[in-house]
Amino acid sequence: MTLINEHFASGSSVIHRIDPRIKVISAAVFTIILAISQQFETLIAGFFFSFSLVLLAGLNVKEVLKRLFVIIGFLILIWVIVPLTFEGEQLFKIGPFSVMKPGVFLSARITLKSVSILMALMALTATMALSTLGHAMSRLKISGKLVHLFMITIRYIAVIEQEYGRLLRAIKIRGFKPGTNMHTYRTFAYIIGILFVRASSRADRVYQAMRCRGFDGRFISIHEFQTHKRNGVFSALMILIIIFISILEWGHLIEF
Amino acid sequence: MIKTKKTIINLDKVSFFYPDRLPILDRLDFTFYQDEKIGMMAPNGSGKTTFFHIIMGLIKPESGKIEIFEKPVTREKDFLEVRRRIGLLFQDSDDQLFNPTVLEDIAFGPLNLGKTKEEAIEISRKTLEFIGLNGFENRITYKLSGGEKKLVALATILAMEPEVLLLDEPSAGLDEKTKERITTILRSLKISYIVVSHEFDFLSEISDSIYTLDRGKILSDAEMYIHQHYHAHPYGGRPHKHKNE
Ligand SMILES: Nc1ncnc2c1ncn2[C@@H]1O[C@H](COP(=O)(O)OP(=O)(O)OP(=O)(O)O)[C@@H](O)[C@H]1O
Ligand SMILES: [Mg+2]
Repeated sequence: MTLINEHFASGSSVIHRIDPRIKVISAAVFTIILAISQQFETLIAGFFFSFSLVLLAGLNVKEVLKRLFVIIGFLILIWVIVPLTFEGEQLFKIGPFSVMKPGVFLSARITLKSVSILMALMALTATMALSTLGHAMSRLKISGKLVHLFMITIRYIAVIEQEYGRLLRAIKIRGFKPGTNMHTYRTFAYIIGILFVRASSRADRVYQAMRCRGFDGRFISIHEFQTHKRNGVFSALMILIIIFISILEWGHLIEF
Repeated sequence: MIKTKKTIINLDKVSFFYPDRLPILDRLDFTFYQDEKIGMMAPNGSGKTTFFHIIMGLIKPESGKIEIFEKPVTREKDFLEVRRRIGLLFQDSDDQLFNPTVLEDIAFGPLNLGKTKEEAIEISRKTLEFIGLNGFENRITYKLSGGEKKLVALATILAMEPEVLLLDEPSAGLDEKTKERITTILRSLKISYIVVSHEFDFLSEISDSIYTLDRGKILSDAEMYIHQHYHAHPYGGRPHKHKNE
C-alpha cells in the first residue's frame, strides 16, 4: 500500500476530460464554501452534489469508500466527545451522560462537511495525474515555488515511505522488537532523524539532477489542455451549483 | 594533416575538499577531447562522482580553472549551456526520476530545451524504443525495478540529445543481457563519453582508454601502467585482458 497513488487519475469520464484548471478552481471554491457553511440545507445539498460528481466521474464506489474510511476514525471520535461535552439543550440521556443538542448538530455538520469535501476532491482533483495538477496550478499563477514544492513532495513521499520501509526491515532483521523501553524510543528517534536527513539530502540531489536536465523553475507538462465545449458547460454547471448552495447558506441575509 | 580535435573539458589545477578532510580532487589537471571514449575505474570514495559534479557545476571547486567547450565556466549561468550539452547519469537513479510516469520523466528534459509537447512525446517514445523499453510509457517510475530505473534514467539523458555523456556507474546492478544492451547502445552512439564503472570487462568493451583517480589526480592508462598495477585494477585478481596485449 502506498500513501500516494493515482488510482482515480486514469479514466475516460466527462470529468476526466474537463480542463484541469477548471476542476482545480471549482474544487477550491466548492470546498471553501462547504467548509464555512453552517446551514443543514446547504450541507445536505453539498453532499448531494459531491456524490453526483463522484458518480459523474465514474469512480469505483468501493475505492471511494475505502478512502472515506480514512476519516471515519476521526469522525467517530468527534461523535463520542462533542455531543457529551457541548453545553446546551439536552437531547436525551444515556446513563449518567446527557447528550446535548448543539453537540449532535455540530458533529453532524462536521461529518457532512468532511465527507462532502473529500468526495468533491476525489471527483475533481484526483481525476488527473499529479503532474497535471501541478501544471494546472502553475497555469493558474499559483507561485512557482509552491507548485514545485507540491510536485516534489508528492513524489518524494513515496521515496521516504520506501526509505522508512527499508529502515524498518533493517532493524527487524537484526532482531529489533518494539517495546515500552528506552531502547525502543531511541531507535525510533534515530529512524525519524535519519529519515529527515535522507529526505533532505535526497531533495538536494533531485534538484541537482533536475538542473542537469535544463530545469529553470518552470514546469512544462506534456498534458494538453484542450478547449472544448464541455469545459464551458461544466463551468456553467459548477457556477450554478456554487450559486445555489451559497443562496441556501446566505440567502436569508438578503431576504428582506 | 591531422585535424586537431576540439577540447570539450579542460580542468586546470582544480581542487575540491570537504571541511576537515583530505582533498578529494587535488590540483587536478584533465583534458577531454571530442570523440574520446574514456572509462574510469577507481576505488569507492576516490572522488569519481565528485569529479562529475564539478564538471556539471553542481558543486564548486575550491580553486582551479574549468573550461568547457572552450569557454571558461564559473558562474551558475555559464553552466546552463554545459547542462544542455552534457548529459550526466546519476549514480542513484532515484535522484534522477521524479515524474510519476516514465513518459513524463523522459519528456521533462526535451520540454526544458524548448521542444513542443508533440516533439517531446515523440522524442521520448523513440528514446524508449532505442533503449529497448517499448511499452514502458505509462509505468510508474518509483515502482520500477532497480535495473529498469537505471535504463529509464539513461533514456531521460539520451532524450536530450547531448553531445557528451558522463555516466556514473551505468552498469551497476544490471544483469549480463542488459549490460550487453548498454554496451551496444554506447558503441552505436557517435558521441564522446566518460563512463565510471567498477567492472573492468564492461569498461574495456566500451572505452578506448581507461583512467583512474588516485589521491585527487587523474591518471591515464599509460601513467597507470608505469605507476602501479593495482591502482588500475582493484579487481585485478580476476582474469582479464589488457588492451594492446
Ligand atoms: N556531502 C559530503 N560531505 C562530506 N564528505 C563527502 C560528501 N559527499 C562525499 N563525501 C566524501 O567524498 C569522497 C568522494 O566521494 P565520491 O562520491 O566522489 O566518491 P566515488 O568515487 O564516487 O565513490 P563510489 O565508487 O563509492 O561511488 C568520499 O570519501 C565521501 O565520503
Ligand atoms: Mg560515486
